[in-house]
Amino acid sequence: MSASVVDNTVSSGNSSVAIPTDISGQILDLDEDDELEVFSKDTSTTQTDGSSFNASMQTSPASMINQYKFEEEEEDADTKDIFVTVDNPESHVTAIETYITYRVETKTTRSEFDSSEFEVRRRYQDFLWLKGRLEEAHPTLIVHPLPEKFVMKGMVERFNEDFIETRRRALHKFLNKIAEHPIFSSSEDFKIFLTAGSGELTSHKKQGPGFLSRMGETVKAVAAAVRGVRNRPQEFTDMQEYAEAFSQKISSLDKVTQRIVREQKEYLEELKECGPTYALWSQSEQELAEPLKNVAGCVDNCCKETEEQVKHLNDHLIPVLHEYVLCADTLKAVLRRRDNIQADFEGKTEALATKKADRDADSKVLSLAWDSLVGRSPEEVKQQKQQKLKGEIKEMRDELDKAEDRLEWANNALKTDWTRWQKVMRTDLRSAFIDTAERNVSYYEKCLAVWESFLQSQRTDAEGNGNVDSS
Amino acid sequence: MADSGSEEIAVIGNTDLTPSESENNLKNTMVEKGTSLLKMMEISVAEAEKRTGKNAVNMQETYTVYLIETRPVDAASEGTNPVPDSLWRRYSEFELLRNYLLVTYPFSVVPPLPEKRAEFVWHKLSADNMDPDFVERRRVGLENFLLRVASHPDLSSDKIFYSFLTEENGWKETVFETGFQAKADSRLKALNATFRVKNPDKRFAEMKHYGDELQSVISQLLRVRARAADRLYGVYKVHGNYGRVFSEWSAIEKEMGDGLQSAGHHMDAYAASVDDILEEEEHYADQLKEYLFYADALRAVCRKHELTQYELEMAAQDLTSKKQQREELATGTIRTFSLKGMTSKLFGQETPEQREAKLKMLETQIEEGEELVKERNAECEEFVKSAWVDIERFKEQKDHDLREALISYAIMQISMCKKGIQVWNNAKECFSKM
Repeated sequence: MSASVVDNTVSSGNSSVAIPTDISGQILDLDEDDELEVFSKDTSTTQTDGSSFNASMQTSPASMINQYKFEEEEEDADTKDIFVTVDNPESHVTAIETYITYRVETKTTRSEFDSSEFEVRRRYQDFLWLKGRLEEAHPTLIVHPLPEKFVMKGMVERFNEDFIETRRRALHKFLNKIAEHPIFSSSEDFKIFLTAGSGELTSHKKQGPGFLSRMGETVKAVAAAVRGVRNRPQEFTDMQEYAEAFSQKISSLDKVTQRIVREQKEYLEELKECGPTYALWSQSEQELAEPLKNVAGCVDNCCKETEEQVKHLNDHLIPVLHEYVLCADTLKAVLRRRDNIQADFEGKTEALATKKADRDADSKVLSLAWDSLVGRSPEEVKQQKQQKLKGEIKEMRDELDKAEDRLEWANNALKTDWTRWQKVMRTDLRSAFIDTAERNVSYYEKCLAVWESFLQSQRTDAEGNGNVDSS
Repeated sequence: MADSGSEEIAVIGNTDLTPSESENNLKNTMVEKGTSLLKMMEISVAEAEKRTGKNAVNMQETYTVYLIETRPVDAASEGTNPVPDSLWRRYSEFELLRNYLLVTYPFSVVPPLPEKRAEFVWHKLSADNMDPDFVERRRVGLENFLLRVASHPDLSSDKIFYSFLTEENGWKETVFETGFQAKADSRLKALNATFRVKNPDKRFAEMKHYGDELQSVISQLLRVRARAADRLYGVYKVHGNYGRVFSEWSAIEKEMGDGLQSAGHHMDAYAASVDDILEEEEHYADQLKEYLFYADALRAVCRKHELTQYELEMAAQDLTSKKQQREELATGTIRTFSLKGMTSKLFGQETPEQREAKLKMLETQIEEGEELVKERNAECEEFVKSAWVDIERFKEQKDHDLREALISYAIMQISMCKKGIQVWNNAKECFSKM
């Protein structure tokens, strides 16, 4: 297997990605076979299952599962061969509209990419398109959420600096999560998103299932949703309950954290007035002037630290919690889509059973009257009818098989991705909370140092004056 | 329990002494100026209690009384632990004592009482006078007041103060008998003097100005601090919600459950810790408040100086004008316009006998006037001397006390930071186990 040549310092929170300095050299040092092994496996899946990255699945579930399992091991081997950065927002003004584009830079060693470095500019709409494509292709896989289109609270302007920066960070995380996903990262749409020029992208967007077929899919989905699923396996009901509960909890955490930020900001406002008051006081004093000025300085320093601590909370913990609030909604949507696929299968099963019943029933009934009118012998008619039904049944059976495959694939994909998602969620939230706790410790440590230096100064003063302060 | 009556004093402690000897001891050492009462006697305000009774207009009222305990220092050091002498007083009696001291020792910066009503409160602190926390802080403040008076070189030897500590009944009457209320300067008189005085001692003028500044800046500081305390309370308490949500969330997670649950406990601890933190800060606020009120006492001394100076100036002015009149009368020249002069011009001069009589009267008045000026001058000088000594003493005390207060504030902040570090380190450990 390939050795870990890549520096894994990329985390979804960083705005810039750590790029290993000289990948190419290191890779060439590897055993040729190893390198080929890694990449040929990738390309083989792309070739044989090329179509699986579009709308319909034609491979058997079994092989898909195998591929999936393999991909997981691949991940665990800790090799990262693609690095994506989103930065450099720029505003564009046209006659019709004004919008922002972001620079998307890709560095990769994957062989399916024509080159090792790409730089393109994308706008929010393009990200939306990509997400839609991935969801269409993999209805029961969990796609990391995009930042919201609008922010309802507080009338944030679309072109406000903070808003743009927050969105940029979220878009960066989105692409990185896609790149880290075993299936999504090999998506053709993803590759095009990262590499195509804007003209190329526009024309690619126009391909894919046409409007009518998309409508057809939607109608089917609605019908399935209306029909409802009859025999949902317990494990999916459990997942549903989990998704609901998780959604509530993470929303609460988001709200609590936002409230903390608000309260901290108000505290900061008041604290900002303390320092100057001590300074003012020091102007009326003689002996006390120095300690008062000192205290004023300490309070001001603590203010600065508080300000930074609030900023950190805002920039790090809140975005992560917010992402997972959106994730919770994704979980629910994925479960719904799975249900629809099952409902579709159940519907087709019923229909086939009905048709079969028809066939069996028909074989007993001889509608002599009409047929004799038409001049056909009962035997002929019966034969014709049987043939017709047989044909219909075969078609339905084929459809049913496809639906069954689709369901099995969907269920397995969902189960595997659910487990994967939980691991990622756990890692993300754990590191976000640890980060916050560390930051709080650091905040208190800095304030502690500020006040201890004050005490120190008072002690040396006292000793200088001949008294020893026993504080 | 000590009541009125000198025999009871003997009950305090040292049974080796006869009652009269013990009484003499205490009184002698008190009478000696310069020896602080505190060296002889331990004073404390030990308890507070609610009482109900009829007030002056015969209406039911509820009020708080405070238990003053006194104990001779010797007794404690001799190993015997006698029951302390004690009596109950209410806030209004403390006020009466202080007013008496203000009038009787106008050259002293008289220690202030704790505030009558709770001011500069942040929301959780009750502004209600009956609130137990307020009563407790007031108890401490009253004890502090008594100790300040008892350690003051001049005030500590006052007999009324002593009987305040030792004689429960009849003390009020004793105070009124001193007639101090009559000696009090009227507000109007003092205000008048402030506006009209021509040559106050510069140092006193500066001190008064300083008193104004001190009062203004400490008020501002207390206000700002109270608002900040309010906000800080909010920040900490909201973290309690983390505790609740983590706990609920841990119920639906398998591997993350334990870590979340224990982290939640630490969040609860963090939220709870703010109560102690702010209680300690309240002590700091009380220390500042004492000097806020001291500023007033300082200004009172300065105003008294203005008054004595003004009275001196008035007397001197009066004397000068009388001397001038004599001169005019003697030489017959009228330098200043006077109605008398005009009328005498119009209606004829006075007879020599009349002039003699007038001159004689003026001479007497001038003599008296000179005596008055001498007196007032001496008063003024005496006042300036004593007052400045006490002001210097006060300045040193203030610098020392406030510096200590700032240091204790820093220590409080440090303690708060240490608690924060501990809680968040613990939380971090729990998160790592998620």
